[in-house]
Amino acid sequence: MARVTRLRRQLPLLVWLVLVWNLLWGTFSWANLISGTLIALVVTTLLPLPTVQTTGRFRPVAALRFLGRFLVDLLVSSAEVSWLAFRPGRHRSAIITVQLRTDSDLLLTVIAEALSLVPGSLVLDLDREHQVLALHLVQVRDQAHVERQRANVLGMEDRVVRAFGSAADIAALDTPGARTPETEGTERMSQR
Amino acid sequence: MSIADVVASVCLVAGCFLCLTAGLGLVRFPDVLNRMHAATKPQVLGVLLVMTGAVIRLVGEPIVWMLVLVAVFQLLTAPVSAHMVSRIAYRRRHVRRDLLLVDELGTPAGAPLPTRPHPEHPEGDPDADEPADGPEATPRTIS
Repeated sequence: MARVTRLRRQLPLLVWLVLVWNLLWGTFSWANLISGTLIALVVTTLLPLPTVQTTGRFRPVAALRFLGRFLVDLLVSSAEVSWLAFRPGRHRSAIITVQLRTDSDLLLTVIAEALSLVPGSLVLDLDREHQVLALHLVQVRDQAHVERQRANVLGMEDRVVRAFGSAADIAALDTPGARTPETEGTERMSQR
Repeated sequence: MSIADVVASVCLVAGCFLCLTAGLGLVRFPDVLNRMHAATKPQVLGVLLVMTGAVIRLVGEPIVWMLVLVAVFQLLTAPVSAHMVSRIAYRRRHVRRDLLLVDELGTPAGAPLPTRPHPEHPEGDPDADEPADGPEATPRTIS
């Protein structure tokens, strides 16, 4: 019985592995499907991974919004970094910490991955316990720009959670904890 | 030359150009963290564009699916590797703090930095770097 439950939890991973196998062969055929399934089973048995707690939710409209905004952001941030590479002179960077509101491994992974590609930020570190993300911003002009970027990060979190999060995750967005992102940075600094 | 050919050529050339700027950024940017920006954003978009151009040209062939896979894995892995490198760079303090406007993780901006004798040569002498586990210079570990 436990085996069946485990297999059911592993199902998304199995489907993904079979899909990759078929894509690598370039054709979808029964032979590829069967051999892919066998190999996926062998791989997941020999190299077991801890199961990822999936939220099991997917909202197509919100996901499309996230994807569209992501592609636009990718274009903008690529252009920005390219311009910085060509431009003579130096630019100022910043390292900021942002208090996130999500408490889900999978969602935090998606957020961190997306943040590394867009809006001019790079994930340095994540305090999993307090959901505090440390980011490096490639170019900032002034303090107001830093705050705008911080708002961008929270907006990204918002879009990801609304696309893939459970109802509880979305509720967490609207009820910020005791520490707001604005006071977080100053608190951390004054603690030193 | 059909419209598809034009679109494919534009994608290929734009993608190559972005990869070039990524390489240029790697050379020109002042520290590891900035370089990692160049290694993620223009690089990923460049590869995506090259793959798009190639898919348009090769549509119908089995190899197309492999190109899709390349694009997906580029999106998945580039941020992770950039994160790992920049995290180590930060902990080894290969960071040009004098170029930071704000640093909410370590010392406040503008504070004197006793650990960096030669700010002009950030990568000068790797042995001069103390391990990040050092007692007083430890950057705030949020991990």
